[in-house]
Amino acid sequence: MRIDGKGLIDRTKPVKFQFDGRSYGGYRGDTLASALLANDVTLVGRSFKYHRPRGVLTAGSEEPNALVEIIGAKNQTPNVRATVQEVFEGLKARSQNRWPTLKYDVMAINDVLSPFFSAGFYYKTFMWPRAFWEGLYEPLIRRAAGLGSLSGRHDEGLYEKAYAFCDLLVIGSGPAGLMAALTAARSGADVILAEEEARLGGRIVADDAVIGGMAGAAWVDTAKAELDAMPNVRIMTRTTIVGAYDHGTYGALERVGLHLPARANLPRECFWRIVASRAILAAGALERSIAFPMNDRPGIMMAGAMRSYLNRFGVTTGKRVTFFANNDSARAAARQLMKAGVSVAAIIDSRPDAPLEEDCIVHAGSQVVDTRGRHALRQITVRKGSEVIEIETDTLGVSGGWNPSLHLTCHMNGRPIWSEDLAAFVPSAGAIPGMVAAGAANGTYSTHGCLAAGQVAAVEALAALDIRATTQPLPDAEDAPYRHAPLWTVAGKGRAWLDLGNDVTTKDIALSAQENFSSVEHMKRYTTQGMAPDQGKSSNVAALAVLADATGRSIPETGTTTYRPPFVPVSIAALGAGGRGMGFAPQRFLTSDQASRDRGAPMIEAGLWYRPSYFPKPGETTWRESCDREVRMVRQAVGIADVSTLGKIDIQGVDAARFLDFVYANTFSTLPVGKVRYGLMLREDGFVLDDGTTARLGENHYLMTTTTAAAGLVMRHLDFVHQAFCADWQVRFISVTEGWAQFAVAGPQARSLVNSFLEVPADLPFMGTSPVRVGGVEGRLFRISFSGEEGYEIAVPTRFGEALFRDLVARAETMGGGPYGMEALNVLRIEKGLITHAEIHGRVTAFDIGMDKMISAKKDCIGKASATRPGLLGAEREQMVGLKVGGEIGLVAGAYLFAHGDAVKRETSQGYVTSACWSPVMGQWLGLGFVKNGRARFGEKMRLVDHMRDVDLVVEICDPVFHDPTGGKLRA
Amino acid sequence: MPELIAKAALAGRLALTRGSLRLSEIAAGQITSIALFPGQHKAITKVLKSVGLTFPAPNQVVEKDAARLVWTGRDQVFLFGTTPPEIPHTVGATTDQTDAWAGLSLEGPGAEDALMRLVPLDLRFAQFGLGQVRRAPIYHMQAIVIRVTQNRFDLLVFRSMARTAWHDIETAMTTIEARAVRSK
Repeated sequence: MRIDGKGLIDRTKPVKFQFDGRSYGGYRGDTLASALLANDVTLVGRSFKYHRPRGVLTAGSEEPNALVEIIGAKNQTPNVRATVQEVFEGLKARSQNRWPTLKYDVMAINDVLSPFFSAGFYYKTFMWPRAFWEGLYEPLIRRAAGLGSLSGRHDEGLYEKAYAFCDLLVIGSGPAGLMAALTAARSGADVILAEEEARLGGRIVADDAVIGGMAGAAWVDTAKAELDAMPNVRIMTRTTIVGAYDHGTYGALERVGLHLPARANLPRECFWRIVASRAILAAGALERSIAFPMNDRPGIMMAGAMRSYLNRFGVTTGKRVTFFANNDSARAAARQLMKAGVSVAAIIDSRPDAPLEEDCIVHAGSQVVDTRGRHALRQITVRKGSEVIEIETDTLGVSGGWNPSLHLTCHMNGRPIWSEDLAAFVPSAGAIPGMVAAGAANGTYSTHGCLAAGQVAAVEALAALDIRATTQPLPDAEDAPYRHAPLWTVAGKGRAWLDLGNDVTTKDIALSAQENFSSVEHMKRYTTQGMAPDQGKSSNVAALAVLADATGRSIPETGTTTYRPPFVPVSIAALGAGGRGMGFAPQRFLTSDQASRDRGAPMIEAGLWYRPSYFPKPGETTWRESCDREVRMVRQAVGIADVSTLGKIDIQGVDAARFLDFVYANTFSTLPVGKVRYGLMLREDGFVLDDGTTARLGENHYLMTTTTAAAGLVMRHLDFVHQAFCADWQVRFISVTEGWAQFAVAGPQARSLVNSFLEVPADLPFMGTSPVRVGGVEGRLFRISFSGEEGYEIAVPTRFGEALFRDLVARAETMGGGPYGMEALNVLRIEKGLITHAEIHGRVTAFDIGMDKMISAKKDCIGKASATRPGLLGAEREQMVGLKVGGEIGLVAGAYLFAHGDAVKRETSQGYVTSACWSPVMGQWLGLGFVKNGRARFGEKMRLVDHMRDVDLVVEICDPVFHDPTGGKLRA
Repeated sequence: MPELIAKAALAGRLALTRGSLRLSEIAAGQITSIALFPGQHKAITKVLKSVGLTFPAPNQVVEKDAARLVWTGRDQVFLFGTTPPEIPHTVGATTDQTDAWAGLSLEGPGAEDALMRLVPLDLRFAQFGLGQVRRAPIYHMQAIVIRVTQNRFDLLVFRSMARTAWHDIETAMTTIEARAVRSK
């Protein structure tokens, strides 16, 4: 029900929204919870386990009950707290964890069966028969449990991530936070003020406190105006600090567009990483409940929340209100509601010496022992000494005291300290380096105390920042002491809930203790207390008190579980903002990319690069047809392939040759200028790291080529070797991968094609290199081959890459050639028995690939000693072999090899296949693979089995070089 | 044979304006990396002095007329906009980097807010002022970030990744514009 003249909502901006398909009205500034309460909707959800009807309990992010699904055009967001979600025109919300409707929920049968469903029920009941757990019990339980549901579709909403930096981060904008921010900002510090709610003020506006003779909201507006006007202040509303991390880094979740109808380009949420030299935690305190029998009905809520709804939203939750409290918090709520014209039926105060000054019935020294009303509270039963009183009421405001919001102080393993005075945990000083807690978050509850604490914390922070503090006198404010007497539970018939989020009762805690799960961490796991979306914000301390009582220990002895980040639920979409789909990694495009796509080439990913798979011609219907044609084209005429993706590292210095001798297994110091050599690089453990060719461009100047896949890895390896072992050598290297576009020209016509481009024709020997001029540009020419044909690679500065590719292809086509893609490139190299990372996959040695002779005996190199370790040489090793088979049945990479007659099982495997292709030139299937003692077994027939692709055939082991074994063609 | 046609990394892409921010591809001109050999600091200082430059300290840029020397790593700088002076091969290794980088310019009031969506550093003017450079990631990719004026940054990314860099920066600009519209 809305109260005229109260609240900070904008009554000139009415909005329509839906809840469970029904349309309601609210105002801008309302939360979903306040708007529903204004419409007298008190039943908003069903509990997790027993499907009990539940209403709104709190007015903040700690809400355990009022969780709803928000339905957007592209999103369905479960477990949204109605107390946080603001209403907007067209908002659609749906209650969850019920079927078919919120009011009539079939699963409420669980509530009737609740005696069977106490804590530990699953563990005991579903143990037998063992096999039933995975197939039957778990799926059933999972279907029955759980809160909101996901749409099952990708969340295509826009999310954002961002960084921010400041001198001082103030967390919370109640009296302590605002005063801290004002003090620090006035002194000139860079301040970020983060407030979880839509407007500043915290409890100042919720309680309608009077500050400096002004109404609280007006004082907050004045403070906000002052802060807004200062360039060194950034106010971040709707932003929850969710975690405290090393070096003053804080994670924060901002609700950017969740309070508005979806708009193009407006992020839903932003995940901030804020780095602050100092931080002040002024997050306030959370009111806690009392575990009295049947304390979970809709209409039973926190007394402080009732004040929030009245003062912030102009909403009262009932017509005939009662309160049950052990402290003075409920009194202010009662006074304010009565002033607003709401009838307060009674205040039940557990303290025998409770003040009786309110203008309504006050039952001192009494307790609520039962409640009634299925879908809404109707009546409470009060025990006052031996007297039992029944009171008709539709709203019961409860206050069991206040717990400082100290969660962030525990994020780096700090343990809070028990305060007997407050009957609450308070933060331990220094738990987060650079952060102090102030105000209610530190156990100071009066408004004046919070203002003062905020100022003191700011002055301390300024001193640490070496900024001179300018302070102003504090405004006057209420400074009442915190009067309370701890009361955790009320004995009586019926269940008394502690954790409303996970339906954990006092009985469950007692059972846990009885079954010897008496450590607080065991109790948590046994009962699931504190493990719901609210992470037990309103139940943890009370649950500890009950456990302490059940185990005969004190609360500090019992200890508390660890509060971990995040403080509130954080959507994975916000954490991964920008990373969905193609945003996962950068895309690297070749200069020939568009030219390849123009020819209809399907592009495949090679690391981050996109490379053409094959170049289909009219009439070709399968990739194999195109691939076979391209292979024949290279073998018979000439082919062009973009090989710019290979890593290129420019190495210079007097010690460059020495350095290469050290990182390569073979020798490069003997390489003549103008020549290229194939090199094999080992890891420190003696296994193969990478291979490639390195050219000597000058006496002290080399150009190393790596594989595409290992370009970054090799660069990192070189850096490591240099820094760790030879930092004083005169050698420097830098990547030039991106600086050169490089194209392979291969085939019998390669030389005439290349020379037709060069201003001065080159006559390079095999493995020669020279600078060349191409089309007016300084380029480089290498005579190397990855196909077994006479091959050249021609490199030009990248800006000329596209032009050279298109020109090369055009001219090649005139000569009966054309471009070839990765598929053909793969076939060509398999035919020639050349390795890629399919073979040097990290578990093979130089010996395995038949290159152990390349490890020079005349020098040391990385991995040399390790490569000779026992077990890395000899007949027991799986050695690289060729594989061939006749007929149309295909070899498959990934298949396993077995000796004839052996059983096909893991233990009898003799090896495996790493590469396979149809060779259009040889007219048969070829492959490369590894077989135990393979080099001694050429000619042997083996059984090839691939269970996944259902292949089982006989193959012949052979030498891996199928094409031109003598190398006559490439040396031509 | 006719001359080869040169193309910039994002050839033909028009500058993008979102709100007060403008993103454009820039031609960084000739880029040469200079890597000092151990113990050659004095020698390089002498060489650079002859062209009116000094070897920049870490994270710093040194400029003289059209020439810009940008620190890019330990004992390594990039020289922009001019042919490098003759550096003896025992003093430093020079390598042409002209084609390895794509240059982008982001300018306008609040450019740092857009960039701080992607770069995990404090780029506010007071912390990252004129003549400053950082090697830092732009979202997923390595980059060189240079403060040119109070409202302008020059960014260099691997040439092959220019399209992704553009997309990531465009997204940051677009969301910032949408936020500005929201709060109106």
